[in-house]
Formats: sequence, C-alpha cells, structure tokens
Amino acid sequence: MQRRPEKPMKTLKSCKVLGPVATIFDSANTGSWRIERPVVKFEDCIKCGTCARYCPANIIDIFKDERECVVIDYYYCKGCGICANECPVGCIEMVDERSARKNDLQNA
Amino acid sequence: MTYKMLDGNGAAVEAMKLARVKVVSAYPITPQSSIAEKLSELVAKGELDAEYIRVESEHTAMSAAAAAQLTGVRAATATSSVGLALMSEVVGLAAGCRVPIVMPVVNRALVAPWSLWCDHSDAMSVRDSGWLQFYCQNVQDVLDLMIMAYKIAEHEKVLLPAMVCLDGFFLSHSMQKVEVYDQKLVDQFIGEYIPKNTYLNTEDPMFICDLTPPEDFTELKYQQKVAMDNAVDVIAEVQDEFYRIFGRKSSIIEEYMTEDADAVLVALGSMSGTAKHVANEMRKRGLRVGVLKIVVYRPFPFKQIREALKAKKVVGVFDRSAGLGAQGGPVWTEVCAALRGLDIDIRGYVGGLGGRDVPETTIEKIFNELLDIYKGKRILHTNWIDVKDNAMEIREVLKVV
Repeated sequence: MQRRPEKPMKTLKSCKVLGPVATIFDSANTGSWRIERPVVKFEDCIKCGTCARYCPANIIDIFKDERECVVIDYYYCKGCGICANECPVGCIEMVDERSARKNDLQNA
Repeated sequence: MTYKMLDGNGAAVEAMKLARVKVVSAYPITPQSSIAEKLSELVAKGELDAEYIRVESEHTAMSAAAAAQLTGVRAATATSSVGLALMSEVVGLAAGCRVPIVMPVVNRALVAPWSLWCDHSDAMSVRDSGWLQFYCQNVQDVLDLMIMAYKIAEHEKVLLPAMVCLDGFFLSHSMQKVEVYDQKLVDQFIGEYIPKNTYLNTEDPMFICDLTPPEDFTELKYQQKVAMDNAVDVIAEVQDEFYRIFGRKSSIIEEYMTEDADAVLVALGSMSGTAKHVANEMRKRGLRVGVLKIVVYRPFPFKQIREALKAKKVVGVFDRSAGLGAQGGPVWTEVCAALRGLDIDIRGYVGGLGGRDVPETTIEKIFNELLDIYKGKRILHTNWIDVKDNAMEIREVLKVV
C-alpha cells in the first residue's frame, strides 16, 4: 500500500535504464475494478466489526467512538459485497458505483 | 603464450575462469557435465574465487545466475538440450531484464527420441529468445568466442545475454591444442564487471521484472530489438580488438573459397570444419566449391550473407535440426529471407541429427548435388541428406494378439 518511495533517497539522480524495472513501489488501484460500492447506514450500525473481520482485502477500519465508525478504503475496495452480506443488521448497502461517483463529484 | 590440451568443455571453463566469474550455479547434464564438475573443482581448490550454488534444476540455475549477476558480478552457468528446455522460461527473463550472462550451450538433441548426442535443435529452440548466439567450429573457438562474448554482451549498447554453442561430444569432449591467453591480457580486454543498467542493492532498491502493462510492453521489447541491431557493429569492433590483442582473427561470417565458387554450402558449428576440408579436397580435383560459415547466428547476419552470396547461382544450407513443420530448417529459412529477391537456387539440407556424424562423404554428396544443379544436370536435391532408405521400417515389435 506504498504509493511513494519507502524512504527519501540520499542523492536522487534520474537516469535511463533498459528493461522492466521500477523504483517507485505502487500497488494497483484495485478500487477501480468496483462496479458496486458498499455504503454504511450509520444510524443502524451496531459497531460489531463483523464487516471488518470478513473483508478479504482487510481495508475496513472500525472506530467505535466515532459516529461514522466504519471506514472503508475505497482506493482498494473491489466491491465484492462480502461485508454487506455478512452485516448482522443489514446496514451496508451495495450501490451503483457510477451513480455514487456522480454524487461524490456533486458533493465535492 | 601458453598452449594447453583442452576439450570444448575445458575451454569453456578456462574462459569463465579468465573472466573471473564470482557466482556459479550450474546443473550437470550430459554432455555439459564436465563444465559443472570442473567449475566446482576449481572453486573447491580455491583456484576460482567464486560462490558455487548447488541448484536442483536448470530453471533454478538460470534464476540464480541472473539474480546473482544483477548484484554486480559475473555469474556463470552452462547447459544442454532438455536442460536448456527446462531453463527456457528464465532464458527469456535474463534477456528481457538485460542481464548479460555468457552461457555455453553444449548442443545436444531435444527429445524425443531420447538422445545424448549432438544436433542444434536445443539452441535453435531458443533462437528468438533475445540471446546472442555464437557457434564454434573448434575448441579454440570456444575459448575465443566465450571471451569475446563477455565483452559484447556487457557492452552498454548491447546488454544482452550470450550463448556460445559448441557441438556436444564433437567439441565438448574432443581434446585439441588450445592457445590459452594470459590472465592480465584478458583482464585488460574484458575488464572488471561493472553493472551498466539495473542492479539489485538493498540500500537502493529496484524492482526488476515487474508486471508490465500493454502500454509499455512493446517499447521494452523494442529496446531488445535495438540492442540486437547494435550488436552487429559491436561484435565486429570486439572481434577487431580481439585480433589486435590476441592475434587471432574472427568474423561474423567466414567466407571460405566462396569468391569463384560455383556452389557454396552454408554451415555452422563443428561441421563447418569438415565442410572446409572437403572443399579443399574437391578444389584439388578442380571442382569450384566454397563454404560460408555462420559464426554469429543471433543477431542473424543477413546483410553479410547477402553481400557474400549475391552473385552465386546455387547455394546449399546445412541444418543440424529438423525444423519440423516448417518449409525447411531454421538456418535455411533465414538464409532464404536474407537472399530474397535474388536469382539464387537455395537448397536446404537436414542432417547430422541426434549425434549422426557429418562425415566428408555427406558433405561431398551435397557439393556434388549442388554442382549438378549448377550445371542443370539435376533438379531435385536430397533434402534429408543422411536418412536411411528404410526409415519407415526401422522398428518392429511383437504384440500380444
């Protein structure tokens, strides 16, 4: 999950090399594969953490003291829907990614 | 000047020692085994300051060698036949990652039929893998081409790995008098290994051979193509320099009495020596025949071959691999491509498979056929020159009925 060099190198010099090589370690934006995204209805959430335990990508964090206690990292969330399926109170809804993105843009 | 009695494998080891390889990862396979054995002996005795990694397969042999070389030292490995086939995934990796390893390939037939003996089907199977390929005529060639291969492969305009192909048993196990060069001169010629491209260093990490998307793949492949193109000039330069320092001439192709020849035979490897000898003998009888020896098969010297053969009427090409399913053997198809558009009758011969000797009689038969074609006395040629008449009936079994 590193999106910049691990540590700043002492002297950085740009030089051309041949062949497949990388020095900036970046992981794939798996969130771009998503067709549906999980959205939490916080008023119904009982803060049990089941969604986080079942997330196969381990990208859900629970903050019990916050109102918006479930934080999903959408950069990596592939939208598999396991969290929505496992939620004991059914407070996670899978919504269409395109319309969700449109809403994001309008709200921004 | 020192002379030693060496077989082909011994000469390959001598060259690796002179190049001061620091890591050896080789898996023994007939007829390459004595290379792996001699290297381990040298390391055990302390005569070669290198780490010897005992690997469990050729796949690992090349993986370890490529990774070791990326840490900034010369690495050595060697293989043959099915070993090369097992290695082939990593053969492509070494080329694509631009690791200039020099590897002797002791030519032996690929299976099946299972064989331990010489033909070129192993090296030909990886001819398009991005490696330079050199073919040796004799044991001295093994030493010379290995030493030159280090300098060529590591050249910053090339940075491609190189195979030095020597015919199994015919060269690998035949003792010849070889001039072995002074360590100081070799040091001066190829120099200390300096990584000129990517490297593995924990202080300054690089991820080599990461997943490359379609956006960049073509470009990285094109870089290899450019390197192959550059290699032609670099090889010629290095051969000149080798001549100046060591006094031994070498060339990309060798034209042997081709100038006035009515029929020319294109050959590579140990059989080109026989072909030259037969040409000498036939010349004594007034028959104008010549030989074109291909020393560098990758990059394929199409310009040199075209220039050398453009005025010829009849050319034969001897392939020591079958080229199954193709119109002819791989060398023949490429010679045809090099000579396309010219009015030349190019005849492909396949022979010397799986250790079958290529004696003077076989070569003479080819030359006689080519001369007959030249004179218009003959139309067809014997494509599989040394196949037995009873080829379809050589096995009989008893079956339970």
